[in-house]
Amino acid sequence: MKIRLLIEFPEQLATEPVTYNLVKKYDLIPNILKAHIDIDMQGLLLIEIEGTEINIADGIKYMKALKIKVTQIDAAISIDMDKCIHCGACIAACEAGAIHCGNDYKIHFDHKLCRECMLCIKACPLRAIQSIF
Amino acid sequence: MSKTIKEINEKIASGKAVVVTADEIIDLKENLGAKKAAEVVDVVTTATFGPMCSSGAFLNVGHATPPIRIEKMYLNDVESYAGLAAVDTYIGATQASTTLGDEYGGAHVICDLIDGKDITLRAFGKGTDCYPRKEITAKISLSTINEAYLYNPRNAYQGYNAAANTSSKRLFTYMGILQPHLSNVTYCTSGQLSPLLNDPAYRTIGIGTRIFLAGTQGYVAWMGTQFNSAAPRDEMGRILSPGGTLAVVGDMKKMSTNFISPAVFERYGVSIFVGIGIPIPIIDEDMLNMVSIKDSDIKMNIIDYSVSEAPRPVLKTVTYEELKSGQIMINGKKVRTSPITGYNKALEIAHLLKEQIISKQFYLTEKLESFPAHNKLNSLKSI
Repeated sequence: MKIRLLIEFPEQLATEPVTYNLVKKYDLIPNILKAHIDIDMQGLLLIEIEGTEINIADGIKYMKALKIKVTQIDAAISIDMDKCIHCGACIAACEAGAIHCGNDYKIHFDHKLCRECMLCIKACPLRAIQSIF
Repeated sequence: MSKTIKEINEKIASGKAVVVTADEIIDLKENLGAKKAAEVVDVVTTATFGPMCSSGAFLNVGHATPPIRIEKMYLNDVESYAGLAAVDTYIGATQASTTLGDEYGGAHVICDLIDGKDITLRAFGKGTDCYPRKEITAKISLSTINEAYLYNPRNAYQGYNAAANTSSKRLFTYMGILQPHLSNVTYCTSGQLSPLLNDPAYRTIGIGTRIFLAGTQGYVAWMGTQFNSAAPRDEMGRILSPGGTLAVVGDMKKMSTNFISPAVFERYGVSIFVGIGIPIPIIDEDMLNMVSIKDSDIKMNIIDYSVSEAPRPVLKTVTYEELKSGQIMINGKKVRTSPITGYNKALEIAHLLKEQIISKQFYLTEKLESFPAHNKLNSLKSI
């Protein structure tokens, strides 16, 4: 299985090789989509991990034991559908093909395909697209 | 057989009018044939909801005591044109904020006013014997000011070219983001729903035509600016490149931001999505044939926006149906296509207008004057 996790590191763990341990100890395949350390030295990591259900659960348990906050999310990007007017300007931006116009002429976001490039945020004329990052 | 608008209005009044949308008429014509469909159907509703930069609003903000002859005005830090009388102003949709730049502009001021929000007005004048005050700061809203009417010099383009980019650099345009190396195409207009594509010779749409404008009843005030009725046409008289446009007017106090919305196009600036619906009376079989236009009948040129000299080259001519499919082929390459116009909202407007006519809330008007048939565009030449 493959899931997407938002991992929030407290200041003292920002330099801990957590991703390395996920590979070595839990046989997980990580794909880092976004990583960021803010001015307070807190780390934010958006990662896709692939592995068996048990290994993923153990990996999450390992991180939580280190007081790392782990949240399973669909994508860091989200579209505020109350604001969206379904104009389609975001589709042009999305080269990953995660946004398309359906037969209902409405915008549909397939978070699994999102590569978090965030160009859709700039493309949206309504400023209806946001990212956790 | 033919029908007058007076006869159609009588049918609306008696609850007998048959009204369909511009996409519903297509199947109806296929099933009944043009002759029968023209007899049965009285009105076809068309609509569009796209970014229309040439928009704005006249406001009369009321006189203060002591009064001021306003020469400079800012509404939420967006400059509005104040070079007309003392307290009249025109706020243009694309004007950017002096403090927030392109993230807030005239379009946002217009929509905030429609939403009933307070706006901070700052104004300056030189002071005269009859208008002694030199500056004022005030809070205004739609209920505190006198008139507020949208007057958009150029809306509802009759066909608009699609856009692409053959250069190696990503372009940020009013047609949205154009990826490098001809990777995508963006397009505007609402295709078979589009008002002027359904009345290509402006037989029923003219000065004085009552329309649905941003949630209320407005009017066609004049031919729109850059009115290019002389544009090339096919054997049916249908436009092959951007043609006519409409200047429209309506009371902002009755509008709804469900049907008008501010827009920011990255590295271009502010614009505004305007919802327009136009009923087309089926006065005869010819009119019926015109409103039966299908997406597959509509030809659209794809223009290369990476070329700055006019005329920009046409990369390919495709149909609106092909653009709507999400993918086309150009020179053997698959290219993604996407709209920058709310087709879903245009459909909603066409259906709403249909309901309003059926429920006798909206009657048709006879145009007061026709648009010129062979109008051409001039261009600006530097000295």
